[in-house]
Amino acid sequence: MQILALSGSLRSGSHNTELLQVAAAAAPEGVDVVLYEDLKQIPPYDAEDDLPGAQPEAVERLKAALADADAVLIATPEYNHSIPGVLKNALDWVSRPILQSPVRNKPAAVISSSTGMFGGVWAAAETRKVLGALGARVLDATVTVPKANERLASGLDDALIDELRAVAAALAGEVAARVLPVLARAS
Amino acid sequence: MSTTQLRTAVPTGIWKLDPVHSGIGFAVKHNTVMTFKGEFGDYDASLVDGRLEGTARVASVKVDDPNLIGHLQTPDFFDAERHPELRFASDSIELDGDRFTAAGELTVKGTTRPVELLGTFAGPITDGYGNQRLGLDLETTINRHDYGVSWNADLPGGGAMLDDDVLVTANLALIQPGEQA
Repeated sequence: MQILALSGSLRSGSHNTELLQVAAAAAPEGVDVVLYEDLKQIPPYDAEDDLPGAQPEAVERLKAALADADAVLIATPEYNHSIPGVLKNALDWVSRPILQSPVRNKPAAVISSSTGMFGGVWAAAETRKVLGALGARVLDATVTVPKANERLASGLDDALIDELRAVAAALAGEVAARVLPVLARAS
Repeated sequence: MSTTQLRTAVPTGIWKLDPVHSGIGFAVKHNTVMTFKGEFGDYDASLVDGRLEGTARVASVKVDDPNLIGHLQTPDFFDAERHPELRFASDSIELDGDRFTAAGELTVKGTTRPVELLGTFAGPITDGYGNQRLGLDLETTINRHDYGVSWNADLPGGGAMLDDDVLVTANLALIQPGEQA
């Protein structure tokens, strides 16, 4: 079972990317959390480049990675009380063509961290809203890390690792719940 | 002197849906000011010895916007992947003249709750093709949150995009084939 992890922050020392890396290490056995590292290559959305079957190569790669994954885990910072443009832009590409998004019906969870005192809760909420519009099965399970520069200064504590493992486990549970009825109908 | 005897029993036997002349739909207050309607294109209904049943396929939801058709099928709304069908089955039917009440259970998004479908009952008549024909115009109002259909969006001026109450409607033409059909 594979969970594709997207970080809404591109910088190399990103707290959100760190959360995803720890989630990958802490994930339950049999659950591979794979960090997608090419979000920076996604061009700005332009409907004139959004050609059926011929979207930009970086977009096709992201969509293929999402299609191959069983679930999606997004970690996002919060810019001006909302979703970072890089992440929103990628999700806008992923939403196209209409009704054919690779995240449609796919379990998805959103975690967040910020150096502020609210931990990016608004960005996480809006990311959930966007994922819902794409048709994802959005989980309530989350992790919120305020004052991330302090909390993560000496690595992640056990409580946080447990929270991240729980989110990965919740996604895995939803994947199983999704797959089993399909298998039952096919048999 | 004449007397009028009110009918109190629905006709027995098997009555099947005439889908061309029927409809299953819903209506919800939108943007706080007007009523928005949708339908299901793929559905079935029957009245068999006084038991009314119906199903509708979520994937066949019809509104005038492909984006919304797609969104209505996602977990935000009906969740067609896990709950592809809506269902009603009556437990009891009352008929008082042309006033029809079907008490039963409605299943939406995997949640089953008791409801009463209220409306009118007409027929049977013999139609132009020799079929026996009934007409039922029924409705009930449900709170969509009771069924986990809870998507909403805040409006800039306050309030929410979608009301909690949803009117569910069923306009059913039911027939028994005639000998020549």
